[in-house]
Order: sequence, then C-alpha cells, then structure tokens
Amino acid sequence: MNRTTLIVVAIVAALFAVSWIAHAVSMSGQKDNVVDAFMLTMAAFLTLAIFSFLYRDNPFYKFAEHLFVGVSAAFWMCQGFWSTIVGNLIPRLSEGLSGFFQVPYQASSWNFAYWIPVILGLMLLMRLTKDYGWLSRWPLALIVGTTAGLNFVRYLRSDFIVQVSATFMPLLSNESHPWEGFGAFLSNLNLAATGQLVTIVANWVIFLGVICGIIYFFFSKEHTGIFGRASRVGIWILMITFGAGFGYTVMGRISLLVGRITFLFKDWLQIIS
Amino acid sequence: MNIFEKFMKLDRRWVYLLLITVCVLTYVADFDVPILVEKEVKVIYDRIESLEEGSVVLIAIDYDPNSLAELHPMTYAIVEHCWRKKIRTIFTSLSQNGPGMCDQAIRDITDSLSLDREYNGVTYKGREIVNGVDYCFLGFKPYYAIVILGMGQAFKLPFPADYYGTPLDSIPMMQDIINYDQVDLVVDISGGNITDAWISYGQGRFGFPLALGLTGVMTAQYYPFLGSGQVIGIMGGLLGAAQYEQLADNPGRAKDGMRVQLAAHLVIILFIVMGNVGYFASRKRLKKEGRA
Repeated sequence: MNRTTLIVVAIVAALFAVSWIAHAVSMSGQKDNVVDAFMLTMAAFLTLAIFSFLYRDNPFYKFAEHLFVGVSAAFWMCQGFWSTIVGNLIPRLSEGLSGFFQVPYQASSWNFAYWIPVILGLMLLMRLTKDYGWLSRWPLALIVGTTAGLNFVRYLRSDFIVQVSATFMPLLSNESHPWEGFGAFLSNLNLAATGQLVTIVANWVIFLGVICGIIYFFFSKEHTGIFGRASRVGIWILMITFGAGFGYTVMGRISLLVGRITFLFKDWLQIIS
Repeated sequence: MNIFEKFMKLDRRWVYLLLITVCVLTYVADFDVPILVEKEVKVIYDRIESLEEGSVVLIAIDYDPNSLAELHPMTYAIVEHCWRKKIRTIFTSLSQNGPGMCDQAIRDITDSLSLDREYNGVTYKGREIVNGVDYCFLGFKPYYAIVILGMGQAFKLPFPADYYGTPLDSIPMMQDIINYDQVDLVVDISGGNITDAWISYGQGRFGFPLALGLTGVMTAQYYPFLGSGQVIGIMGGLLGAAQYEQLADNPGRAKDGMRVQLAAHLVIILFIVMGNVGYFASRKRLKKEGRA
C-alpha cells in the first residue's frame, strides 16, 4: 500500500468517524442511536464508494462490491433455509425438529410424501461429492422437466395465443365506432385519441408492424423486392421498440440516482428538508 | 483537433460530473414540472376510485431495495389512496427482500393516515389503520408461481399465518376472503420477472383484473399485455408513479423526482446531439481530406 493510498484511507476513515459521531449526537435520546448513526454513515459510505467507480476502479469500490455480493449470497441462503426448510418443511415433517427450531408443529399436515423433497434435496447436494455427483442429475432433471411443463402450458396461452389473438383487430372500426360507410366516417372525422380515425391508424400500425416484424425474422426467402421492403419496415419497427425500451431504461437509471441523491442530501447530510 | 473532434473524444467522466451536478441542483431547486397523465395510469386510478368501501385490493410488493427509488412512490400513492377510501388491502411479497419494503411502507403510510387531509377537494378524516382489519400482510413465501396458484385456491394454503405470525383463520379481515374470487383488483408492483407469473399463472388462470407497477427498464416489455387486455393498466417507472400522485392529488417523492428527470434528460439529449454533430462534422472533414 503506497503513501497516497494510506493518506486517502486515513481521510475517509476520519470523515466516517466524524459523520458517525455527529449523527450519534444528533440522535441522542433515541434508542440505539450509536448503532443507527453507524448504519446511516455506513450506507452513505457504501453509496459514495460505488459512485467512485465513475471516476475509476479503486479499493473503496472493490470493498463495496465484494461486501454486496457476500451479504446478498448469505442473505439469500439464510432466507431460503428459514422460509423453505424451516418454514415449510420441518413443521410438516417432525415434531422434534419443529421444537428445536421453535416453529409450531402441524400434525394434521404430516404426509410421507414430504420425505420425497428431502431425499431429492439431499441428492442435489451429492453434487459436492466426487463419487456420487451423478445422483444430482435426477432431481435436476425433475426440476427442469416440471418447470418446462408447467411454464409451457401457461406461457403458451398468455404469451402466445392471447398475444396472437390480440393482433386480430378490426381495421376499419372499433367497439365504440362501428363502420357505417365512408360518408359517416368523413362526417365524424376528428383527431380525438379515442376517435375512429386515430383508432384505425393505430390498428393499422399494429397490424403492419406485426406482419413486417415477422417478415424480418423469416429467413427462408431472400429479403428482396416487396419482401425486402417489408423486412426493412420490420427493422424500423424493432428499432422504435428498442428506442422506447432504452428511453425507459434511461428514466429508470436516473430514478435510481434520484433515490441516492435523496438519501445523501436528505437523510445523511440533512441539507434538504 | 477542432471542436467537433473534441466532442467525440470528451472524457466520459465530464459527462458523469455534469449529470450529477445538474441532478443535485435541480433536486434542491423548488419548481414544478407539469405531469401529463396517460390513459394506462388513469385506468388504475379510476378502478380504485370506483371501488366501494370495504372492497379488497391485493397489492403484491415484488421488489427489492434496488428498485425502491422507482417503485416505493407507487406503493405509497396506491396504498394511501386505498386506505383513504377505506378499501381493505392484502399485501404479499413474493420477492425475497420484499417484506422489508412492504413493512416500511405500511408503517409510513399508517402514520400519514392518522392526519386529516384533503385530496381532489374531498376531506378525509385521519384514522387509525388496524392490522387485520384494514390490511393483512401475508409476507414472503418462496417459489412465486406455486404461491400464486395456491392463493387461487385459498390464501391460507401458502400462507397459514400472516407475516407477524397470526394464523389467517383468526384475522378478522380474512374471515370472508378465501381466494381471488373475493379480490376486486390485484396490483403487482414489481422489479423482476415475478410479473410474468402474475400474468400467466394468476390472471391467465383465475381471470382477476390485474394492474402493474413496473420499473422503467421493464415497462416497454409489458405493453403488449395491455393491448391484449391481460392487464388493465401499467404504471411505468417514476413517471407512472408521478402520474398516479397527480391523479390522487398527493404529490410525493415521484413528483419531486420528475424535476431531476427533466434536467437529466435534457443533459443526455444535449450530449447525444453534441456527439452526433461531432461525428458527422469530423466525417465530413475526413471525406474532404480523402481519408474516409
């Protein structure tokens, strides 16, 4: 560690201590004020440590990143153990274990079938051993098979059939404005968002957008002539979709920045009311 | 090197510095940004507004602290709207870190409800929000798809007790609520793919009206479900939350954030324009010099 690094670390440590003490003093009278002040300062330090990556990679960023990964992994593991194994399985399996983990035993829910996930879970852990690692393939196959089967039916309906049927839309009318001839259409012509003209244009955009988008992904015919032009329209539709998605993404990232600014200036520094 | 080439080679750290400076300054500055309400948000507001006292709304808090800045304002706006109208709410968190988010929101909004307030010209008397009477927080259970299917049979199947350990059978509010049949609206506020399960396993299987509150990154992806009628409305990112706050006449964090959004987007647009002008100008110069 060179001299500059040591000086920077010392300055950061001093600022941390000042912030901790200042917040502990300002919270005096509250329960656990020292711990709360430490947590607040730590949160601010970690936020700034992550932001420091925008300048360049540095030890503070590395520390914050590794801490986040470690804490997340440990939190997920503990949550999984306490909510799945202790919360769901043990109360249905054993009175002794329920007593040990201090969860109410559900005698009426006892079923021999609950031993099956226990056995499958243990087989999954066999992956950690060299000689019996092959055993983990069976529960893994069961997980993949049931998930695929369950998702296939549900997603086929919600993401495919319903979506396809949603593109079968009237091209000259809508529910509130049935097509009553060209004369009636012209006499009621307006640019209202729910009007017939706007609805017709919107429906045509969806209809042509879907057709052209599908043509772009149709590779069994060369994209030349009318087919090629439709394919180019398809690319434009896709680009507009990606653009909308990117716009929303920018908004999302700025929202996260707003959240951190709020925390730093309102909760930590307390310079915004 | 002319000015256009300098645009092209601008160190990205200057962009970050300017962006952060602008964001902080506009956050501190106090000015209003007009919020234009979109149909997909108004549909959700109108649906809740049309519900009678005692109706039931299920609010799924399916996000973690990393989406808090975008999604917490939605939760606050919707839950406060429901409770002011004396609509009963059931909370679930099918995301592992969701219970913390939900618990914090419940405590904050409960405090806010104790005060008299006027929204859209209607005065709502402050009242105490009672756990088990006005709301029931079911908490977290793993394997969200199975939990969503299980709640379709009976809430007490996946959740024999609520988040605080009270058996569901002894909670007054849950005496007449068995499954989704008694729920008037489901609102999924989500920062991940749990939304897919609510659409496929929940709405697809049980047919309840479903509204979504999504992070900005996810929003565009879920618009097809709005077009097909599988969801009744979508609140997209901080803008969606700000629109709901505007409709509910309850300006909060989201409306504050829109000031920053406006300024930040202007900075980003400025840099995009500068970068493109620089690119085309330097290309033209290179062509003239015969290097491209």
